Amino acid sequence: MPKGLTLRELSKKEVLLSSGHRMCAGCGAPTVVKMVLLASDYPIIAANATGCLEVSTCISDYTAWKIPWIHNAFENAAATISGVETMYRSLKKQGKIDKEIKFIAFGGDGGTYDIGLQSLSGAMERGHDMLYICYDNGAYMNTGIQRSSATPFGADTTTRPAGSVVQGKTEQRKNLTKIMAAHNIPYAAQASPSHWMDLMRKVRKALEINGPKFMNIIAPCNRGWRSRTDDAILLSRLAVETCYWPLYEIENGITKITFKPKEKKPVVDFLKPQGRFKHLFKPDNEGILNRLQAEIDREWGRLQKEETCYAS
Amino acid sequence: MAKVVAVTGNEAVAVALRQVNPDVCAAYPITPQSDMMQRFSGFISDGRVKTELILVESEHSAMSSCVGASAAGGRVITATSSQGLALMWEILYIASGTRLPIVMPVVNRALSAPLNIHGDHSDAMGARDTGWIQLWSENAQEAYDNAIQAFRIAEHMDIRLPIMVCMDGFIISHSIERIEYLEDEEVKNFVGEFRQLNPLLDIEHPVSYGPLILTDYYMEYRKAQDEVESKVAKVVLEVAQDFEKLSGRKYDLFETYRLDDAEIGLVILNSAAGTSKDVVDEFRSRGIKAGLLKPRLYRPFPYKETGEALKHLKALCVLDRADAFGGSFGPVYLDIATSLYPYKEKPALINKIYGLGGRDYMPEHAEFVLDELVDIAQTGTVKSYKEYIGVRE
Repeated sequence: MPKGLTLRELSKKEVLLSSGHRMCAGCGAPTVVKMVLLASDYPIIAANATGCLEVSTCISDYTAWKIPWIHNAFENAAATISGVETMYRSLKKQGKIDKEIKFIAFGGDGGTYDIGLQSLSGAMERGHDMLYICYDNGAYMNTGIQRSSATPFGADTTTRPAGSVVQGKTEQRKNLTKIMAAHNIPYAAQASPSHWMDLMRKVRKALEINGPKFMNIIAPCNRGWRSRTDDAILLSRLAVETCYWPLYEIENGITKITFKPKEKKPVVDFLKPQGRFKHLFKPDNEGILNRLQAEIDREWGRLQKEETCYAS
Repeated sequence: MAKVVAVTGNEAVAVALRQVNPDVCAAYPITPQSDMMQRFSGFISDGRVKTELILVESEHSAMSSCVGASAAGGRVITATSSQGLALMWEILYIASGTRLPIVMPVVNRALSAPLNIHGDHSDAMGARDTGWIQLWSENAQEAYDNAIQAFRIAEHMDIRLPIMVCMDGFIISHSIERIEYLEDEEVKNFVGEFRQLNPLLDIEHPVSYGPLILTDYYMEYRKAQDEVESKVAKVVLEVAQDFEKLSGRKYDLFETYRLDDAEIGLVILNSAAGTSKDVVDEFRSRGIKAGLLKPRLYRPFPYKETGEALKHLKALCVLDRADAFGGSFGPVYLDIATSLYPYKEKPALINKIYGLGGRDYMPEHAEFVLDELVDIAQTGTVKSYKEYIGVRE
């Protein structure tokens, strides 16, 4: 059984992603990775999709990873870790290995929602004992802030820039957490580094469950969000408190909201500190803001109903 | 004791894979390979191998999971054809660049468009520069023998590269031939135990696979890979010698047929070489000095040895079962031309494209080509350097 999640206990553990990596100052992703690795009491082997996290943490001859780690390509972190996990099962069955090891894949939203979706879906359906973690910063940040299917409606990106005719992204976000839950995997969850206890508790729970697990974790990117470098945790907290990024888990088909804000803040509180939404505050674009709020309200309502319907 | 059986090429290779008994296999169906992985999956279901199967959702994931499984630390296989190999293309380079000795039978099939499921070499030719070793096989026996030798070559400590074992779709994969199997124990001993260097699963010694290497060292890394390629031929010959002791069957970098004193010759891969040898015999019986060279180790290509074997001819035709679009010649032709270039005295060299999309290659096609070579050898005049044969005008 994993030990308790107390700061006193956690402070004694080794941080498995070393400092000195080349992620931008203020990036949310390495914080997420450190929390995930710190949460585990098991040895971990990780796969990493091509992206910011990958290019910045293993530049030959250096590596920030103190655990076995593999980068293969952009769209195949899930398939890659499924191969590692299968070799583990094979060698374990043959008596060549006896240790209990857990397998985690990390991918950004581009490598997960978009180009890696098929690979992820296949690995989840095959039932590998693995945890896939998407760090969602809402665009292709590594290649220069291009629009992804995780980019929020109305956001300014380099491939859907806000101009005189186009007001940023014209489509809704894909609800990937729901798509993964629809694979009927034993565990799918959303988390945020602002709520570190909730995040780490979910990782621990996921690692105790045998089979495929998925976690979607918001990871602010100050370059792409056009925000202050010291606002990553503040912004991820606002994402949760506005219910833009609700914290919940779906365990064996049962939905549970793990954090309910005492007072649901308006989405503009989350949008305002971010330059990527600046254009939405022009008088003409009030309709876009209203639509964003309406969609959040609808999704939040749906999630609460889903929880209630399973509570009975 | 060898066991004589009548089986298809797919079955023969599936049996070779069973005898090797790998740790992990990734499988995805594609005609005409499907039957091979179906048979191998049957061996798993019957508990005849220790292999763990990954039934992936695409060939891209097949090769991606092979990379993960091989880096994790064990013996890994998959198999494919045509579009499947094309879909793997991106990860083929990662498998070779990461020096992972994955073994992959490729049942050669045409590429789309137009869609065609039959035998030609366009698929493997498209992957010829991916850093994979390629062994090509004329018949089911050679496919079986190459599949077994492939593990020893790929896993050799001087090499550690992935390898494809090619055979013609349907013509070999689905035709029943007489072949000799080795005993299970003989194959097991021949391939031996495989130990991965720096396996991911060695959690006491964490390693990072797949780093970013920019302008500072990328080129040195590529040069090191090129140097490994230069060692492959020697290892292929060593493994062939050991295999001959075991099986009595002799393998080389390529097969030469009545070539030593020949004046005209053919270079041709895989199953059509068999047909061509019959026609060479017929020309020989008429007193015409014809010969043939059939490449086996096609990548890395043994340029020097091949050039030496062909340089004395007066006229030579390379028959390609694939075209290399771009206004150039077929892929094998380009390699043969390169291997002959250093010689002052060399044969007139022509190229025929044949058998695309499974179009039959008949004895009369070989006769047509050899007649033309006789004419070129006599007159010294080449009418056409590249031509499609067996095609409607």
